[in-house]
Amino acid sequence: MKCKVCRGHAVVDIRRHNAGFCQTHFIEHIRNQVARTIKEFSMFGPDDRLLVAVSGGKDSLAVWDILLDLGYDVTGFYLDLGIGGYSTRSKEAAVAYAASRDAKLIVRSLAEEHGFTVPELSKLTGRVPCSGCGLNKRYEFNRAALEEGFDILVTGHNLDDEVATLFGNVLHWNVDMLGRQAPVLEEKLLGSGPDSRTVLVRKVKPLVKIAERETAAYALLRGIDYIVEECPMVEGNTQHRYKEAVTLIEESSPGTKHQMYFGFLKRAASRFADDSGAADLVACSECGAPTVAYDDAEPRCSFCKTKALATKRKLEGVPARRGRKRR
Amino acid sequence: MKVKLRNPDRVVDVTGPTTVRGVLQELGIVPEAVLVIRAGTLLTRDEAVSEDDDLEVRPVLSGGARA
Repeated sequence: MKCKVCRGHAVVDIRRHNAGFCQTHFIEHIRNQVARTIKEFSMFGPDDRLLVAVSGGKDSLAVWDILLDLGYDVTGFYLDLGIGGYSTRSKEAAVAYAASRDAKLIVRSLAEEHGFTVPELSKLTGRVPCSGCGLNKRYEFNRAALEEGFDILVTGHNLDDEVATLFGNVLHWNVDMLGRQAPVLEEKLLGSGPDSRTVLVRKVKPLVKIAERETAAYALLRGIDYIVEECPMVEGNTQHRYKEAVTLIEESSPGTKHQMYFGFLKRAASRFADDSGAADLVACSECGAPTVAYDDAEPRCSFCKTKALATKRKLEGVPARRGRKRR
Repeated sequence: MKVKLRNPDRVVDVTGPTTVRGVLQELGIVPEAVLVIRAGTLLTRDEAVSEDDDLEVRPVLSGGARA
């Protein structure tokens, strides 16, 4: 196969584009695609301070690498989830990458910040590990961005991530979730006028046009030493099964993933538009994060409720509970 | 040829000469879900591979929590 740009020897084939690329032109292609995505969705500008959530995996390190190369002011944020040797090795990958690019990296530990790790949280609360992990990450990424004064939170979600989520939301008709699935999740404020404050930082996904196979190829060809092993808690994960299912369809019908996600954005997303405006939200009585009030006199956000339960059970020495198998 | 598979790490034998597509077909692996690597370089699915090659088939689909 030949490179579609220079006719040299191709190292990557992208069947949905019916094209092959040599190393140089593949890296250029990915970088251009990301730059176009940032512009198309008005994600951020050159003066914005970006915080990229980094796991040590291919996607987050790739998006960090691309944004650095495009000249943005971008800092990495790594959250140590306390998942044994996996967390140790993923942190090493993030730290090594930051050192290789002389880039700024903020490291925080869930255990040091809140007194529990993801495996402990799952045992103490009975919450499915991936569910507890997602809750912690969303909360801590946003908290770090607010505390450190960043304008934008960047994540490495790729096309496969978005398609798998969309696939799951359609399978279960999670219409609320469909309304919130977008390449840009706008900032949310609480209060009005001069008293208003940002409670959710603007969140963007510059890799939404890049398939997961392409982010892996990009990382490898750029010499990024990402963590290849899977999180030990992820086995049987629903999101992973959805990815495999859609990838099987993509194999026989190249372009399916792109059509599904971007067709949704163009022709269906507005029908599920997010109407959970700031008017419906109040500040958590413990941490100030946004939450839905219901009729609570002292509303607490999901994170604070989960943390309180875990802390209580830890103090009481409640025996470990088995999490549900489904993730 | 020796083919290294991941998660968990293991090595299997595949008879060559063949193509990358042939190796993946024999192992029952969907090409869209992996990268195939030889000596640190990526291979397209039409690339010829020989009995003497050492390959790595690296999965690209990761699961886990949505952040």
